[in-house]
Amino acid sequence: MTSELDIFVGNTTLIDEDVYRLWLDGYSVTDAVALRVRSGILEQTGATAAVLQSDTMDHYRTFHMLERLLHIPPSRQALLIERYPGPARPPFLSFVGGYYAFDEAFVREVLGKKLSKGTKKDLDDISTKTGITLKSCRRQFDNFKRVFKVVEEMRGSLVDNIQQHFLLSDRLARDYAAIVFFANNRFETGKKKLQYLSFGDFAFCAELMIQNWTLGAVGEAPIDPDSQMDDMDMDLDKEFLQDLKELKVLVADKDLLDLHKSLVCTALRGKLGVFSEMEANFKNLSRGLVNVAAKLTHNKDVRDLFVDLVEKFVEPCRSDHWPLSDVRFFLNQYSASVHSLDGFRHQALWDRYMGTLRGCLLRLYHD
Amino acid sequence: MPGKLKVKIVAGRHLPVMDRASDLTDAFVEVKFGNTTFKTDVYLKSLNPQWNSEWFKFEVDDEDLQDEPLQITVLDHDTYSANDAIGKVYIDIDPLLYSEAATVISGWFPIYDTIHGIRGEINVVVKVDLFNDLNRFRQSSCGVKFFCTTSIPKCYRAVIIHGFVEELVVNEDPEYQWIDRIRTPRASNEARQRLISLMSGELQRKIGLKVLEMRGNAVVGYLQCFDLEGESGLVVRAIGTACTLDKLSSPAAFLPACNSPSKEMKEIPFNEDPNPNTHSSGPSTPLKNQTYSFSPSKSYSRQSSSSDTDLSLTPKTGMGSGSAGKEGGPFKALLRQQTQSALEQREFPFFTLTAFPPGFLVHVGGVVSARSVKLLDRIHNPDEPETRDAWWAEIRQEIKSHAKALGCHAVVGYSESTSICEEVCILSASGTAAVLNPRFLQDGTVEGCLEQRLEENLSIRCGFCHIPYDELNMPFPAHLTYCYNCRKQKVPDVLFTTIDLPTDATVIGKGCLIQARLCRLKKKAQAEANATAISNLLPFMEYEVHTQLMNKLKLKGMNALFGLRIQITVGENMLMGLASATGVYLAALPTPGGIQIAGKTPNDGSYEQHISHMQKKINDTIAKNKELYEINPPEISEEIIGSPIPEPRQRSRLLRSQSESSDEVTELDLSHGKKDAFVLEIDDTDAMEDVHSLLTDVPPPSGFYSCNTEIMPGINNWTSEIQMFTSVRVIRLSSLNLTNQALNKNFNDLCENLLKSLYFKLRSMIPCCLCHVNFTVSLPEDELIQVTVTAVAITFDKNQALQTTKTPVEKSLQRASTDNEELLQFPLELCSDSLPSHPFPPVKEHLESASSNSGIPAAQRATSVDYSSFADRCSSWIELIKLKAQTIRRGSIKTTVTVEKASPVGDGNFRNRSAPPCANSTVGVVKMTPLSFIPGAKITKYLGIINMFFIRETTSLREEGGVSGFLHAFIAEVFAMVRAHVAALGGNAVVSYIMKQCVFMENPNKNQAQCLINVSGDAVVFVRESDLEVVSSQQPTTNCQSSCTEGEVTT
Repeated sequence: MTSELDIFVGNTTLIDEDVYRLWLDGYSVTDAVALRVRSGILEQTGATAAVLQSDTMDHYRTFHMLERLLHIPPSRQALLIERYPGPARPPFLSFVGGYYAFDEAFVREVLGKKLSKGTKKDLDDISTKTGITLKSCRRQFDNFKRVFKVVEEMRGSLVDNIQQHFLLSDRLARDYAAIVFFANNRFETGKKKLQYLSFGDFAFCAELMIQNWTLGAVGEAPIDPDSQMDDMDMDLDKEFLQDLKELKVLVADKDLLDLHKSLVCTALRGKLGVFSEMEANFKNLSRGLVNVAAKLTHNKDVRDLFVDLVEKFVEPCRSDHWPLSDVRFFLNQYSASVHSLDGFRHQALWDRYMGTLRGCLLRLYHD
Repeated sequence: MPGKLKVKIVAGRHLPVMDRASDLTDAFVEVKFGNTTFKTDVYLKSLNPQWNSEWFKFEVDDEDLQDEPLQITVLDHDTYSANDAIGKVYIDIDPLLYSEAATVISGWFPIYDTIHGIRGEINVVVKVDLFNDLNRFRQSSCGVKFFCTTSIPKCYRAVIIHGFVEELVVNEDPEYQWIDRIRTPRASNEARQRLISLMSGELQRKIGLKVLEMRGNAVVGYLQCFDLEGESGLVVRAIGTACTLDKLSSPAAFLPACNSPSKEMKEIPFNEDPNPNTHSSGPSTPLKNQTYSFSPSKSYSRQSSSSDTDLSLTPKTGMGSGSAGKEGGPFKALLRQQTQSALEQREFPFFTLTAFPPGFLVHVGGVVSARSVKLLDRIHNPDEPETRDAWWAEIRQEIKSHAKALGCHAVVGYSESTSICEEVCILSASGTAAVLNPRFLQDGTVEGCLEQRLEENLSIRCGFCHIPYDELNMPFPAHLTYCYNCRKQKVPDVLFTTIDLPTDATVIGKGCLIQARLCRLKKKAQAEANATAISNLLPFMEYEVHTQLMNKLKLKGMNALFGLRIQITVGENMLMGLASATGVYLAALPTPGGIQIAGKTPNDGSYEQHISHMQKKINDTIAKNKELYEINPPEISEEIIGSPIPEPRQRSRLLRSQSESSDEVTELDLSHGKKDAFVLEIDDTDAMEDVHSLLTDVPPPSGFYSCNTEIMPGINNWTSEIQMFTSVRVIRLSSLNLTNQALNKNFNDLCENLLKSLYFKLRSMIPCCLCHVNFTVSLPEDELIQVTVTAVAITFDKNQALQTTKTPVEKSLQRASTDNEELLQFPLELCSDSLPSHPFPPVKEHLESASSNSGIPAAQRATSVDYSSFADRCSSWIELIKLKAQTIRRGSIKTTVTVEKASPVGDGNFRNRSAPPCANSTVGVVKMTPLSFIPGAKITKYLGIINMFFIRETTSLREEGGVSGFLHAFIAEVFAMVRAHVAALGGNAVVSYIMKQCVFMENPNKNQAQCLINVSGDAVVFVRESDLEVVSSQQPTTNCQSSCTEGEVTT
């Protein structure tokens, strides 16, 4: 006696959270059944192994079918909402949420990488390295790619787009925005010296950058849609990057640099534990920060943004054991005192640059 | 031109990409009705086209309106090649044809393709302008309402229940036409879908005509089935019950009626009745039956003669039964006489209803069934489906005569089914023989109704259990005892019925699903030989199924089965029998005896030990089940002081003792003096198997109950959480060592595992009850068994449920305190009361005596009966019946008063009914349930019948997830389409939903599969009770009124 066909179709779809978890984690039916048996469910419910097997299979099939729904083209995503009206919606949304959830360890591996076939081939290694099943890695990777492809073509707020089209929670949508933003700009995150940074750190920076450094941030709606080649939220504002070259004068002009240093030092004297180190390093630090800005016209240097920030700022400070509060004092004063430099005419540009950079640096500055 | 059909195509959405190059679609729509076709413009390059077409108008006969479906095809325009079809929508416009239902069909319909499934949606608006045509010879029957629900629909009142209507139409199956060889599977599937749609329409129209002929206006319990006879054609047949329904203006007023579709039934002991051909026992046919069959209608002399017969017979049975005869006899006879005349002119006094208005059912005789094996031959002339008609007529005739043999003149809960394998077809019909109250069967004047009301009140709550046949000329051997409720009439020891439990029946404890499962191997054979082999096997299967049911019933400690459905399925090399029913303990019937195991080889010591071990296990199981289902019948039932029947009881007991197998049996349960144990003799391995299989049925896990009736007896507090589901399982038998036992075990395991899986899946809903569990077995191929289950899980509030079970007891205790002397007046007063839930005198008497006598051992049976007082009472009863005619006038006045009282409530409700539509718009999801009601909600409107037939085929089975994935997706799509159609009618639920057919065929080697599904139900509008604050605030008023009336009556 073998079972040929075994289905259960409800008026509303029942989703067993535990089985869903196992499915998301990429366990096979056999493994999932074994895990469920170990969880003691048979004793609790008095069910038999055959019942458990059938139930697991049925859930897996249901998930598989729902998964296909999630993959339909974005123009039809609205269908999802309509298919799950009324009381069925919250469970369905939690289903979607679960599907798009990702592992921190995994995302850290692919963050900033091109979401292409090439990267997909590396999933084997990532799976081995992180201990996440290959199936689960694939799902997460495909999710990133799917979201990327959809929002790539869209205008308007990145987070809003993701939220609307993939029915994700606000939190998850923000994370996806960061992932997409990183993938689009190909920021390098895999270098050894960046290993201490978490996904959260990067996501924080991404959000600041999206808010301030992209075209969408300027808030100028393009009059002619065809002329607007860049995505509002995904690409950095080219003009802004170009203008950043102007900041070079801050370090190139010796007088200006000295004036800047003296302004900062005067303001911070006695308030900073590491004042002498700061005084000694001021020119190096300032040169580092300004040079990062000036180099951002080249794609290569954009990619290395985080490497540069860590090399040029975080590491020197860390080696001198600056406490975080001192870093904050310094950065505040460093950006504010530029306003008192009479010869410097790019105050707005400086604020747009330093405002974001200050936030990022503070977040990046930890062990 | 009696009708103008107007259709507007508004828009489409989520269409599939038809042009790979642009990833877009150039869609347009063809709208076809009959032979007329309109087209919309092509909406270029969009997956969400906005056609906003003009109104397409079709001027058609109303006959066509009923027959034809509106056919909407969405296509992709292609300049160079043929246009590609995206999919179709069939819309049945019948719901627009009667005034009270939907006025417009408007909504998003899934576009369905038989190969690809649902592909987007289309927004359509359909309206019908009907011109009145009073042509008497018209062929249409517009305006007749159809209901799948097998009870009187909630917002209607039955004025007259006319009776059975049936019709069948035949045609060639497009799948088997020569043209099928050259057309695509899609074309073939669509031809089939369209044909069946057309045939359903035609069938419905023809049934409607019959209803109009009978002067009815509705068909209730409409059941339409398809027989796919393969080469020999396609049969669409339907049965139903014609009624004249009155729309109730106020939902509150009909509350009692809808909550208590009471009916009554009687049972026959089936253990002794293996063969349904009970009427063949000619000599024992009761005298009464003969009287009935030849009685000229409405002859009063006849009436008296039949009552004479009763009286003259009764002395022989002793005092007790004599008194029963005196009391009940003349009345019964009168009743029968009237009913008889009402039913006389009917060819088949059958009713497809399973729940009835209060008082409709007087007595129940038991299940009657008939089967016949036929060889299919090609239907040569589709317009003259005489052969098929004749087949069914034959079966129905047999059913009718079975019912007569049981002393009944009608059959309720009637249904018909077929099972086809190759060219052999088993036709089955079954129902419950019953005696009906003529009130609903005639053109009821007010007087008539009142008269019936009187009678109805005379027949008490346990009335339906009382035997309708003559106890001296029983059509089969059965143990009769006096009713445990009224002590006046005889009841059988078990009762099997096909109907739902009458809501006013007194049930002890809870019920449970009982199934008998059976397989029989059969040699492969051709034509005649095959048919003969099957015919020979059938009686044995019926016998075994009944034995199994009886054993399992006893094992559960219960004494009655409701909703019994026995399905015999024929396959190439086997026959399968599956019987499902809901077992309950009826308070009116005697406590069932235990099961006694007897061995055949008494000298073998170890064998004896084995037997006693098994006996112990069985006894334990019975005890456990009694606890599980809370079956604690009052212990005092033997001991009624003042009851006039002890003597005859004792006599009957003596008689019965002969049939008891041993003294030990009586020892089993000392609390009851008489007890028939059911003896199982273990004389061979087969019997051993039987005993084992008895014990393998595992009860549902705690917190779960299951039944195949509408609701579970003993649970009242349903919450509004319902989950309807369909589950399908197919197993492949290993072809080796196929023996009957192995087969039985496989089949048993299949069903048990399926149930266990359901319990497991739905465990989050505990405490809950699986209601309306409907199993269907089919044998699609040689070694495949397919079981399809549809049911609904409803949660209930456990604490409240406990409370309510207490309440009736409290109530009856209160009632018991009233004086016996009031009893005789009671029925007279009762005529003014329209509520069925009255304390009935015998109940009181019983309970009162029960309370006063509890604890007295059965042995000390009091024989100090005051016979004289009893005789007085009897005579008063007779007086009462004579008086009845005079009291009619009085009653009519009182009734008018009641109506007046009710009307303000009605107005109030009416006002509130304007609110629901707004509430409805917020209710997104369309509920689906196989029940006729929605817990916690009121059905305010019936929008029409949903009857849909779909075919789905695939040539990429693996890619769609194999057979399971394919069927899962298809069933989900069917749900989606049903919901869309209901929503378009303006409804928010479908009740009485049933999947009548699920034919699944696969060919994994070719990566192909095909499935046909036929579903039906009633589209309704419901309003949550919580949304009806004003109404609910008024309901207490109604209750208050009724309790006041009650108070008046009882004091």
